[in-house]
Amino acid sequence: MKRADPRTARVVIVGASAGGTSAAEALRSRGHEGSIVLIGAEQHAPYDRPPLSKQVLASATVDGATLALRGKNHLRDLGVEERYGVSAADLDLARRQVALSDGTAAEFDRLIIATGVTARNLPQAEGLAGVHTLRTIDDALALRWELSRASRVVVIGGGFLGSEVAAAAVGQGADVTIASSSTLLRSAVGELIGQQVTELHLANGVRVRAGSEGRVRALQSREGKVSGVAFVSGAPEPADLVVVCVGSEPAVDWLRFSGLAVGDGVQCASDCSAADGVYAVGDVAKWHNPRFDVAMRVEHRTNATEQALHVAERIITGDHAPYAPVPYFWSDQYDLKLQAHGYLRGHDEVHVAEGNLKSRRLIALYRRGPALTGVLAVGAAKALRQWRSRIEAGMTWEEALSLT
Amino acid sequence: MKFDIDLDKCVGAGVCAIAAPEVFDQNDSDGIIVVLDPHPSPDQEAAVRDAAVRCPAAVIKLTEQ
Repeated sequence: MKRADPRTARVVIVGASAGGTSAAEALRSRGHEGSIVLIGAEQHAPYDRPPLSKQVLASATVDGATLALRGKNHLRDLGVEERYGVSAADLDLARRQVALSDGTAAEFDRLIIATGVTARNLPQAEGLAGVHTLRTIDDALALRWELSRASRVVVIGGGFLGSEVAAAAVGQGADVTIASSSTLLRSAVGELIGQQVTELHLANGVRVRAGSEGRVRALQSREGKVSGVAFVSGAPEPADLVVVCVGSEPAVDWLRFSGLAVGDGVQCASDCSAADGVYAVGDVAKWHNPRFDVAMRVEHRTNATEQALHVAERIITGDHAPYAPVPYFWSDQYDLKLQAHGYLRGHDEVHVAEGNLKSRRLIALYRRGPALTGVLAVGAAKALRQWRSRIEAGMTWEEALSLT
Repeated sequence: MKFDIDLDKCVGAGVCAIAAPEVFDQNDSDGIIVVLDPHPSPDQEAAVRDAAVRCPAAVIKLTEQ
């Protein structure tokens, strides 16, 4: 294959959210001279997603304009060709072309895949009024409208999205139940902290059905509109609004025949490349993070930007430096902000170094093997950063415990 | 260099304090940005620029290069 001069290479970015936008911007700020085409499936210019389950649901005045990631002409002024309302349909690696939904094709020398994820739904939800998922600004505005009229809300799923939606819904005065097959946030933060999050929701008036009582058997409906949720065990819950927050699927359908390895996201090497000159960033990218020696896919806001900066740098330099971040996430639960650095999933042990959610100050450490691999905190921003640098430095669990 | 801060948008991620610890800090209770040095010296410029780019809520706006 003929390789173009990297400075003038034609770059196509598929996906115009935080990752795609950051990549375009970073390429220009590093002096990239070739064309950059930014393709987004939604009609909207790039906007920020974390507020969708937080401020957008809680406040009637937050709209698309508030969420814009960049000023109106910012990308255009950088010489980025923006194509919104068009999605990628297929990738032809041999011809270096992305086929688009409007019948045209975008040719590239370098490709950045930033298509993110789509919300998973329940099969029975199809065609049923009153059942929502939440991924886009359109989803959020529709859900907000329904929330303002709903009296009984069941949120299915007790992860970040479900717990944030429940907090927003109860704030709107609805009667809210979260149905979760486990303790809230369990897979993200572990049983111990998950219990405290569950208690926080109970204290705020949300009903929590966890375990088999929270495992959904079927949606009930009347005249095409949802009327309740039936569970594997326990009584059904009546509902005039059901929000399905049962996770997401990497948006890789369009790559099915590309020859790229796709499964749980686009499979990438440590430098985030999926093939020669082809990279993936953000929620859709699964790469091997050498810092934790784990193949990970991170569905959190700051990673999208950080990974995009890394890939832009690889395109500029042409080297294969690995991407080895300490991931970060935050979640707003009522007036508390949970923040975590590191890799918490699949941890072997949790140690609470200080406090608890109830006292509004909490620091919890996470172990994987012999190493300190994660820290979660509430109301302790400075200590949290200090722990982050210890994770970054590769501190052992033993050392970490000796500091508590 | 100069910059503006949009406090209302800050989500307390602390990305700025990691990227430019001599210029930005965080309020300990909620993590909201605290400006340590509103007139950073030229040697801090790259770090401030990095903080602005990495901030997940676009809180830091560079107003003068």
